[in-house]
Formats: sequence, C-alpha cells, structure tokens
Amino acid sequence: MTWLNSHPLTFLVFAPTLLGLLLLALPQALGKLTRLLGFLGALAIFVLSLAWLLGRAPGAPLAEHAPWFTLVGLPVDYSLAVDGLNFWLVILTTFLVPLTMLGTWNSLKDRMGTFAAMFLLLETGMLGALVAQDLFLFYLFWEGMLIPMYFMIGVWGGDERRYAANKFFLYTLSGSLLWLVALLFLAGKAGSFAPAIMAQAASGLPFGVQCWLFVAFAVAFAIKVPLFPLHTWLPDAHVQAPTAGSVILAGVLLKLGGYGFIRFAIPMFPQAAMHFAKPLALLSVIAIIYGALVAMVQRDMKKLVAYSSVSHMGFVMLGLASFTVIGTQGAMLQMLNHGISTGALFLLVGMIYDRAHTRMIADFGGVATKMPIFTTFFIIVTLSSIGLPLTNGFVGEFQILNGTFLSGFAWGRAYAVIATLGVVLGAVYMLWMVKRVFWGPVNPDEDSGTQHLHSDLNAREIAVMLPLVVLILWMGIHPGTFQAISEAPVATLLKDANAPAIRPLVLPSAPLLGPVEAAAAGHAPASAEVHP
Amino acid sequence: MNTYAWLIPILPLVGAAFNGILGKRAGKRAVTVVALGTVLASLLLSIAVFFAMKALPDHRLTLDLGTWMATGSMSVPFGLVVDPLSGIFMLVITGIGFLIHVYSVGYMHEEEGYARFFSYMNLFVFFMLTLVLGSSLPLMFVGWEGVGLCSYLLIGYYYETDFAPDAGLKAFLTNRVGDLGVAIGMMVLFAAFGTLTVGDILVKAGHLGPEAGFGILTFATLMLFVGATGKSAQLPLYLWLPDAMAGPTPVSALIHAATMVTSGIYMICRLAPVFTLAPITMDVVAWVGAATALFAATIGLVQRDIKKVLAYSTVSQLGYMFLGLGASGFAAGFFHVFTHAWFKALLFLGAGSVIHAMHHEQDLFKMGGLRSKMPLTFWTMLAATLAIIGFPGTSGFASKDEILALAYAKSPVLWGIGVIAACCTAFYMLRLFTLAFLGEPRDHHAFEHAHESPRTMTWPLVVLAVGSLLAVFLGWPKAFGGDFRIEAWLAPAITYGQVHLAHGEPGGAEPALLLATISTVLGLGFAWFGYATYRNGLAVAEARAAKFPFLHKLLLNKYYVDEGVELVILGPIRWFGNLLWKLFDVIIIDGLGVNLPGALTRVFGDFTALFQTGRVRNYALSMTLGGAVLLYVFLK
Repeated sequence: MTWLNSHPLTFLVFAPTLLGLLLLALPQALGKLTRLLGFLGALAIFVLSLAWLLGRAPGAPLAEHAPWFTLVGLPVDYSLAVDGLNFWLVILTTFLVPLTMLGTWNSLKDRMGTFAAMFLLLETGMLGALVAQDLFLFYLFWEGMLIPMYFMIGVWGGDERRYAANKFFLYTLSGSLLWLVALLFLAGKAGSFAPAIMAQAASGLPFGVQCWLFVAFAVAFAIKVPLFPLHTWLPDAHVQAPTAGSVILAGVLLKLGGYGFIRFAIPMFPQAAMHFAKPLALLSVIAIIYGALVAMVQRDMKKLVAYSSVSHMGFVMLGLASFTVIGTQGAMLQMLNHGISTGALFLLVGMIYDRAHTRMIADFGGVATKMPIFTTFFIIVTLSSIGLPLTNGFVGEFQILNGTFLSGFAWGRAYAVIATLGVVLGAVYMLWMVKRVFWGPVNPDEDSGTQHLHSDLNAREIAVMLPLVVLILWMGIHPGTFQAISEAPVATLLKDANAPAIRPLVLPSAPLLGPVEAAAAGHAPASAEVHP
Repeated sequence: MNTYAWLIPILPLVGAAFNGILGKRAGKRAVTVVALGTVLASLLLSIAVFFAMKALPDHRLTLDLGTWMATGSMSVPFGLVVDPLSGIFMLVITGIGFLIHVYSVGYMHEEEGYARFFSYMNLFVFFMLTLVLGSSLPLMFVGWEGVGLCSYLLIGYYYETDFAPDAGLKAFLTNRVGDLGVAIGMMVLFAAFGTLTVGDILVKAGHLGPEAGFGILTFATLMLFVGATGKSAQLPLYLWLPDAMAGPTPVSALIHAATMVTSGIYMICRLAPVFTLAPITMDVVAWVGAATALFAATIGLVQRDIKKVLAYSTVSQLGYMFLGLGASGFAAGFFHVFTHAWFKALLFLGAGSVIHAMHHEQDLFKMGGLRSKMPLTFWTMLAATLAIIGFPGTSGFASKDEILALAYAKSPVLWGIGVIAACCTAFYMLRLFTLAFLGEPRDHHAFEHAHESPRTMTWPLVVLAVGSLLAVFLGWPKAFGGDFRIEAWLAPAITYGQVHLAHGEPGGAEPALLLATISTVLGLGFAWFGYATYRNGLAVAEARAAKFPFLHKLLLNKYYVDEGVELVILGPIRWFGNLLWKLFDVIIIDGLGVNLPGALTRVFGDFTALFQTGRVRNYALSMTLGGAVLLYVFLK
C-alpha cells in the first residue's frame, strides 16, 4: 500500500493497461465475461481517480518524479502531475471510459474482450498524455494513443473503416513528426525534456526560430483539435468508428489538442504564441462558422455531430487565442462541455443506430412518438450543445465570447461579434435535425428507421444518460465547481506569458462630473485583468 | 417574507419538474393540483412581496443567492430584484398566468399530453419570472432564452403533426437571430461598464453625460433592440409569431400575447437610462414600432383564421408599445404592456372558447351568430374588443392615448401612423367580433353543436374582462385630466441611478385633448365601418375586395415576406453550406490537400516498385549501369 500511496498517478495511468492485458489473456470464449470485467475495472479506476483527486489536501499537487533514461545525452524523466490545468480532464477521461462501455454494451457482436482491452490501452494513453510533465514522456503517450484508436476504427468500424483508420493514423502521425523534430531540436538546446527548462532555452533563441518551433507544436496539436483546415480526418474517423470510439474520440482525444496548447505550446513559446494569436483566432472563427454551415447540410446524424465538433472546438481555440483569463477559463470549461455533450450525442446516435441500423436523417421522422424517453434525453443534450443558459454550453461560450471581446488584441472585438453567429447556426443545424428526426408524423415508409424502433431506452441506457444530464445542468448552474481549480494556474500562465491587458471600452464621462466622481463611477484605468 | 422571494420563480420550476417526470403516472388530478397549486402559491407570494417592496423607502428589494459564473473580472450572481417595474410584471405573470392555467384545465382536459402541457407551462412561468426578476443581464438572458425554449416546445406541442414542429422551429430560430443581438449587446455593455449587474450598469450610466451615447452605447442598445424585435415580434423578425398560433390556444394567450412577447419592452424599460443616452436608438425604436404597428394591422384586415387575426393584432400592439418607448414614454409603453396583457389574453381565451365550441373550427367565415349560444364568451369578448379599439373609458383607451400623445410630441408623422394603425385595429376587431358572434350562422352544422364552455374556462374570462375595463384606473391619461398614476409608480425603477433628473415632461399638453379626441373619434368611426361591413355576412366585403384584387391578394398573402425570406436568405444559406461541404471540404481540402499527396506518394511508390523485379539479371544490369556512371563521374 505504501507504493500505491506514493505512486497514485502511475497506478491510475497503468492500471487500465494491466486490466487490458488481462482481458487479452483471457480466452475469447469468455466474451461477455471479459466485457463485464473490463467495465467493472474501468469503473473502479474512475472511483479511485475521484477519491484521489478530490480527496487530496487543497493546494497539494499530486505529482511523481523520477529520472528515467538518457536519450542521446538528454535525460528523460518519468514525471507525472495533476494540477489545475488537467484535473478535470483526468476525471472526464476516467468517467467517460466506463460510461461509454456501459452505453455501448450490446453494440459489438464479436471480439468484445479485445475491444475492451483496446479501449483500456487507449485510456492509459490518454491519462498518460494528460498527466505527463516531461515532453518526451508526453510524446510517447501522445503517439501511443494512436495505436489502440487505429485498431478500434480499423477492426470494429463501418464499411470504409480501413480508409478512415489509415487516414486518421497518417494524418495525426505526419503532424506529430514535424513536432518531434522541433522537440528534439529544442531539447538539444536545453539539455532536457522538462517544459520549464525548454521554455527558458526557447526564450533565448531568435524570435524567428521560436516562431518555427511554435508552429511545429501548434500544427500537431491543431490536427488533434481539429482546427480548420486540418479537420478533414475527423468526419471520416467519426462516421467509421464504432460508437464507443466516437465518444472517446470526441470526448477526450480532441481535448488533448487544446490541452497541448495550454500546457505546452503557449507557456513554452509565449511570444510566438501571441504573434500567431490572430491567425489562430481567425482559423477558430472560420472553424466555428464553417463547421456549423457544413454540419447544417449533413444527411448522416453522426457526420452532423462530427462537424458540430469542428464548430465547438473552434470556440475552444478562440478562447485560448484571446489570452484573457475569462476566455481561457471559458475554453477550459468548453473542453469539458464538449466532452460531455458531444460524447452524449454520439452515445444517443449509437443507441438509435443499434435499433434502426441507419443514421440517415431522412430515414427517420416521428421518433418522438416511438421513443419518448430517448427523445427527452436527446432534447436536453441538444439544448446543451446549442448553449442554452443554465446548461454547460452557455457558460463556456459566453465566457469565451466575452473574453475575446475584451481581449487586448485589436481584432478581438470583431472576431467575438462574428463568432457569435456560430451560436445561431448551432441552433439551426441541431434543431433542424431534431425536427426532421423526432417531430412530425411517424415516417410511413416501411423500411424507414422509425419503423424499426420497437423499444424505448432500457434501464441500462437511462443509467448511462442520467449522469450526463446531471453534469450538463451542474456545469451550467454551478460552473465554479469545475472552474475554480484552474483559475489561479490560468491567471499565472497568462501573467508569465505577458499577455496584453484586457481592453475595456471607454465611455466619455460626463462633463458635469469632477475626476473624483468619474472615478467613483468606475472609470479607473484598467490594470492587467482587473476590470474597472 | 422578503427572503422567500426566491420561491416565486422556484415553485413553478418544482411543478414543472414534478409534472415532467412523474406527471404521466400521477394522473390528471395530481397534475392539475401541482401545476395550479405552484402557480397560485407563487401568485400569493408575489402579492406579499410586492407590498413588502412598496413599503421600502426606495421601492427596491434585492436578494442575492450566491454566485453563478465567476472568472477573471466577470462575476455574475444569482440575484433577484423586485422593484415597481419587475413587481408589476411579476404580478401579471403569476396572476394572468394562473387564470390561464385554470382555463387550460378545461381546454386541455381531453389531451393525452396533459402532464407534458402543464409541465411546459410551469416551466415557462419559471423562466418568465427569471427574466423579469433577474438582477443581471445574463440571468435575464436565462429567462429570455428559457421562455423561447418553452415557446418552442409549446408551439410544437402537437409534435406528431407536420405544421406545429415547423412553426416551433421557426419561432426558436428567429428568436435566436434576435438573441445574437442580445449576446452582442451584453458583451459591449460588459466591456463598457465592467459589470453585468443591471443595477450597477444603471448607476454608472447615470453618471454619464449625453455625449456618451454616440458610438458604443448606440451600438449596444441597437443590438439589444435587435433582440427585442425577435422576442417581441417586430419588423423584420416578426415572422414567427403568426405561425406560433399552431400551439394550443392557452399558450397563445399566455406566451404569445400577455407575457413573453412583451419581454422586449420590459428589457428596454429595465435599461431605460442606457437607452435614453442613445437618441439614435430611441428613434429607431419609435420608427420600427410605428411601422410594425401599421404593417401588421393591415395584414390583420383580411385574415380568415380567428387566431391569425389576433396574432397580427398582437404584433401591431407590440409595435405601439415600442412606439411609446421610442418616444421616451417608458411608463406609457409599459402601461400598454399591462393593459394589453389583460385584454389580449382575454381575446385569445375567448377565441379559444369559440374554437372549443366549434370543434376546432378557426375560420371566421364559418362562424356567425354565436352570441345566443355562448353569452358569457360574447359579453367578455365584447369587453376585450372595446378595450383594444380604445373605446373611451376602457384600459386600452388610456394606454393607447398616452402613447399617441407622446408620439405626436416626437413627430406628428409617428402620430399619424399610430392613428391609421388604430383605425385598422378598430376595423379588424369589429370584423372579427361581428363575424363570430353576430349575424347569421354560416355553418349550420357547427352552429347546432356549439355550446358555452365549461366553468373552468368561463370564469377566467370574466376575471380578465373585469381587469380589461378596470386597469384604466392605474393610468387615466393626462389629456383627459388624469394623473397617469403609473408613471409615478414606475419612476423609482425607470430612473434608478440617475443623477441628472428627468428634463421636463415629454409631450405638450395643449393639443393633447384635441389629438386624443380626433384619434378616438376616428377609431370609433372605423369600428362602425367594420361592423357595418360584416353585419349582413360576407357579401359587402367580397364585393369590395373584388375592386382591389391586387391589394387584397397582397394582404392575404402577408406581403409575401415568408416567400421572400426563403428565396433570399434561407435558400442561399443552405446552398452555401452544401457548396462548402461538397466543393471545399471534400474536393479542395480533403481531395487536393490530403488525398492527392497520399495518391502521389502511392504513384511514386508504384513507380519505384517497378525496379524491384526480383530478377538477378535486372539488378546486374542496373549495377553495371550505375558502376559505369560512377566511373565516368570519377574519372572525368
């Protein structure tokens, strides 16, 4: 037990691997049993992560550090930590894995044990990447994630699974290769893979070199997000992946892109990051509008949700590019939001696909008549996705837009106003789809999807959806639970990065008033992040 | 008592949750008790809190219930403010809301979705109260979008039909376009004032001089007004409201007449000091309001569906309210919200009673002679009709007159538009009334089966009728020697935080009596005209329509605005989305950017694979050739 007490993160990261290997070792004939074992194990890991992360003393970081090996003269450390930036993402990951297993209980017919094992290996990759504090270690986990995901799409996917799996793999890998070169170059300069030391070394390099390094990092992360125009692997991967793969892809994998920016790319190259803030923000705004417009005309529900991810993740990137506390905090929350809401949407689409064996919008109509409970859940998740106030989606988008509007960059205001359009378009594509799928008379075509819906959600499926709905409301009504822990780290990060002060609008004050009264009326000059 | 004010919105929320989750199993009786009980409790509590607020020296009761969002310099509390403005509206929502709940018990008693209906209705009351009582702009926005959601759900209540979901979607999306304006307005105000709390914004705005209004505040208030045109169905975003009549009639009465659609007016009153700083916005508000009032009234002249007539009438009356606001008559505009809530709710419920009696017949041309069959509905509808056409002594007379007086002070043209709209209103209301209740029945089968509605439906009509007539005592117009009491009542809310006191009374008193007399007499004349045209059936009207075929068709088809929007806006957006997807995403980015390099790599690989023949003689040949080349290079 003492080992466990001093190595909780190691246990969290590698317990899924051990469990996965165990499942692989079990005979295939035990398919259903391995599935159950995998689920119970993942659930136990979630409970443990909650206990350890929430139970730790306030302010005491959870960290492990040990020298590991030397790579061409560069020391690689085994360094893990949980802090304000990755705290909730870690919990999101351990939460979504068992939930997804339960949600897709009967979706797969063959090699269930192997699938569960792949899923758990993927969990190790994601958790490892989230908690790694050494860039080489991070790189290993980051690339390691690709392999189980590749198999999940390639083996258990839809009709064009091989194309999608190869595309997913090569797309992300080619982005990371450039990044690896930059990583090794900078590590050579710094003599270490520790982010802080590398950042210091980077700050001594010529600005042009810093920019190239930032771009190399940014491209790798932007592909994962995915940021327009590097998003085209996503629709294919999502549509071909089995439901569980889609959920985890949207729920966690994409988050690692945004997380990479805030953990590494921005703090390591703050000057270059701010130099590229405008193009990043521009691409984000394009992603928001473009993703929404393309989502609007999709015919496949899953593809629609996939393109909606492009739009939602655009909001995350916009918030990060604002370099304000409000915008960044909003982006952090929006990552969690997207994990919950889009994960839930993929689960729901999976549930209806399991029954109707189609996802085409035109094959439905009148689903509300057949499946009222399913409809209720779908509507609630839709409201979260379109950012209705009191759901999680609103808080994130509202903070991102306000942060961008207040941003110290000259483009902030215009971009915030344009990005607001995405909120309208979000309602358009989601509610139009809802109308065509759920409302109206039952689709009379005998082969239609609606005609194949014979049962509403069962107890297991309701049990999967309920926690998600609770979270949607909780995050919308009391976002403080999820934002408080990252407030200080984000503020420090932006301060260290020398982010420009926010720019309030200045109203001409009344001529009748003296300066004292004017100051009382609230027009003191703005300091870094203190609003007048 | 004051610390329990938070229960006012929360109780209906509890009712909504109960009926939504357990209602179907609990049975109709339990649903009724919970739905009506929570709203009634909320009403009683509202009355108590209202008087507690009036007893306070500054007429302002605030309640802070903790933090909602807090990060960086942004801090938004869950807070409530009860002042005369929100207090009166709170009473309207819970009071008229309760009456309409009672009415719905009768109207909806056969519906399978009874529990669902009341769950949505209670949820609506919760969101509407949040909109009104919320202490900050984002909290008001919670209500703002929340009532939109309930409106969407209730318009689409008959979800298994084709038209209701379409109407619901249209309502939500049109409102979202408006909400875009509200969101932008909030961002600008936050950036300018550094706070999102309404009270703080007003205090800071109170310290600004008139030159502050140009630029930033004009933009912010214009954006907020865009939101108001969405929620309150003004040009050009009014299109959803007539379609919203697809919902059950009590919904039309509560949401699409009495409360939700007046949110835009409420918001502007709430932020009156900020709007006052932006004269350009005030002009826009007045002119858009006047234009809408006239535009919608003309469409109302020819509609056959009894609810459609009332819907266009609502759009038109809302235009009046904005006209009043734009003329700096915040109290006048809000007073019209108040009086309109009574008589328009009554008109809709009366229409519902007729529709109920006629077995869901909504075509005015098939009604007639219902007076003898439904005396209570007839008399109460008469009271409402007199109120809306501004018959002297009714509530509508008082509020409309005050608005017209202010409009004249701003611009005689606005007054003229207002008077013409009032004449149209008088005409179409008498047309509606005459076609439904007077003359000979035009559909004898339906007439034979018509009957007065059950008591749960008729007594709310009676209460509303009394209110429609008596509400006048809150604001007897100044032109007729009254004191327009509501202005003084609302003053603490409308001028909150102002250091520069109001600069004199808007509007001159001299021509007021003459103008009011002119507009009243004209209105009565057109009311007679409407009655005279239709008292003997449709023949006179049809003959007249035949003389102006083009105009008649234009009005009947609502100026073809829906068709225009589809052609100019919706169609191109879908086309553009498809273009982006099929051309840009699939061909350019993914094709040329991703798959082409992939394909080239493969072609190159295939090409080099040609040399990997596996035959020794080929390798020997290339070795020899290579060696020869190397030799040549080195020896040269």
